Amino acid sequence: MSHPVESGARRELGSPEAILRHDASVFDLRLRRDAAAGEVPDWEALCDRAAAVKAHGLDHLDRYLEEFERRATEAGAVVHWASDAAAFCATVGDLLEEHAVERVAKSKSMLTEECGLNPHLEERGIVVVDTDLGERIVQLEAEPPSHIIVPAIHRSRQEIGELFHRRMGTPRGETDPERLTRAARRDLRTRFLSAQAGITGVNFAVAETGSLVVVTNEGNADLGMSLPPLHIACLGIEKLIPRLDDLPTFLRLLARSATGQPISAYTSVVTGPRPGGELHIVLVDNGRSALLGDAAHRSALRCIRCGACLNTCPVYRRAGGHAYPGPIPGPIGSVLGPAMHEKGASLPHASTLCGSCTAVCPVRIDLHDQLLAWRREGSPPRGFEALLARLAGFVMARPRLYRMAGALARVVWPALRVRFPGNPAHGWLAARELPRHPGASFSARWARERGAGE
Amino acid sequence: MPEPLDVGLFVPCYVDQLAPEVGLATACVLERAGCRVHYDAGQTCCGQPFLNMGATAAGTRLAQRHLDIFQKYETIVCPSGSCTATVRRRYPEFGVGADEAGHAQRARTFELGEFLVRRLERTGLGARFPHRVAVLSSCHGLRDLGLGSASENLGTRERSPTEVLLGEVEGLSLVPSLRDECCGFGGSFAVRLPEVSARMGRARLREWADAGAEYVTGTDVSCLLHLEGIRQREGSGPEAIHLAEILARTEDR
Repeated sequence: MSHPVESGARRELGSPEAILRHDASVFDLRLRRDAAAGEVPDWEALCDRAAAVKAHGLDHLDRYLEEFERRATEAGAVVHWASDAAAFCATVGDLLEEHAVERVAKSKSMLTEECGLNPHLEERGIVVVDTDLGERIVQLEAEPPSHIIVPAIHRSRQEIGELFHRRMGTPRGETDPERLTRAARRDLRTRFLSAQAGITGVNFAVAETGSLVVVTNEGNADLGMSLPPLHIACLGIEKLIPRLDDLPTFLRLLARSATGQPISAYTSVVTGPRPGGELHIVLVDNGRSALLGDAAHRSALRCIRCGACLNTCPVYRRAGGHAYPGPIPGPIGSVLGPAMHEKGASLPHASTLCGSCTAVCPVRIDLHDQLLAWRREGSPPRGFEALLARLAGFVMARPRLYRMAGALARVVWPALRVRFPGNPAHGWLAARELPRHPGASFSARWARERGAGE
Repeated sequence: MPEPLDVGLFVPCYVDQLAPEVGLATACVLERAGCRVHYDAGQTCCGQPFLNMGATAAGTRLAQRHLDIFQKYETIVCPSGSCTATVRRRYPEFGVGADEAGHAQRARTFELGEFLVRRLERTGLGARFPHRVAVLSSCHGLRDLGLGSASENLGTRERSPTEVLLGEVEGLSLVPSLRDECCGFGGSFAVRLPEVSARMGRARLREWADAGAEYVTGTDVSCLLHLEGIRQREGSGPEAIHLAEILARTEDR
């Protein structure tokens, strides 16, 4: 059975042209990150500081969550707690029904993807419009985002032009990004004005002040927070930072790591509801506290969802985000996967452990070490594979057996080079030729040319 | 003439079985650099494939076995970045070689290029290889051993020992790489996700072929076998050759 990311890559990113385009668009973000980070003289120190703040915040998360709830409540917000995805969806759905809401403007939130909020609300007869341009594109295509920052990066300009022609009446063949964006904005503005509630994600929540920090490039979250009378903010409990003074460190890192911008176009700090409005904050666990209790893997909760590890990952760039089961693709998705959802157990194997993800992470998550750790804890070889590993381990620990196995391999090698059903070398041959066997091993030649070993 | 340095040759299992000429070339280059080369025929595998696929019990047994066999050498040299990185960097997280003696032994285990350039400070070895050669900076050498500067790292750039050594080879012209990303081998990854693995390898080969490279070299036979297998399947691209084989070439002088 092939690995889900392997079959996903064949399915979702099928043609050489699509692979090239996806790779180039995503790697461009990596290069922008390099340039932007390179302009900050104390970049590494900034990363160290951000990692330390997050680590401290997680170590004392209980205290900061209580502080946040107290401050946010004092500021006039209503704080809700949800232990899992179902509880989260029910909380939001109930809130909307209590307020007789039929139309919602939603801004980007990976948490709502993780918990399946959109389908839940639609089932309850509530119309949800995603207002981030990329999110809107994937919503109209009825597919999940393929990247945590650039949800529609797998789509070409031509595909988006065709979609907008069908759904928004833009001229057929229109592919100019500016004109397409203008059409989307016109379409979205009417939906903002008629929305009765706004749902937003949250980038950071400040314990000291009870504030929410929301960062976008399109200002769509700001409209969602300020036009409708009801604002529901959704966040995972790991989004907390202790103090407002900590925020600039993260803002300096986030946009540079994500897209190479010095700062995102819109950064809003929201403390309490706007006059005459209501603010509800839903804090979601959904597996996070279990991960928090696991000291060896807790570092993954530092993630600020910048996407830098996706952009540098050569596997992600050539497989595409939809190849990954679960809401978050790429290295961080593969590190969170085994802890967060049942389809995630095999994800740590979708990596060459090249380590580039670890090198770009602005909060110093030891991503490739985590992937290796999950392999040995979460998905060690099972069944036939485990038997083979034990056998190979037994042989490798005995030089004479090892040499006999080598001699046997030499005999069957020519047959292994040919593709036939059941060939044990099929994984190798699926993509490449098997080299000719050189005949004698190094140790045999050394013994022959230099006399017996030591 | 200084006293020759005694070196224990650490030959990865796949080099032993599939690329004996790389092991021989490594010994030849080390001897030319003034070392006395020792080979313990009891060695098999450092445990890397087992540790990386999560087969921890077998992996740690082989890791301990490796340390026991090489304990007697003052200096240990290996023609593979990933096996060296496994010994030096990975063993302790599996509880192997974490004590003082283990630490010291891991610290005296070197990748070939690293040993020649950083330990011996020998860069010119009289090799001649009149070809256009691209360099594959294998990830474990690049990031885990710090052999050169990965492109995503900021700050000053340092050439890898491989690049330094190739710079001294007569007639050789280095083909610059646009990217230094992974070739797609990744051990069990190559057979678990062969299509994704090949997409990564094809991209690297295409880049070097476009830049006019005849050969691609590095110090990881596994990555090179993967690239060579793709080249043979695709019918084009630079041929893979190990650094030791280039450094050992003097004959057409």
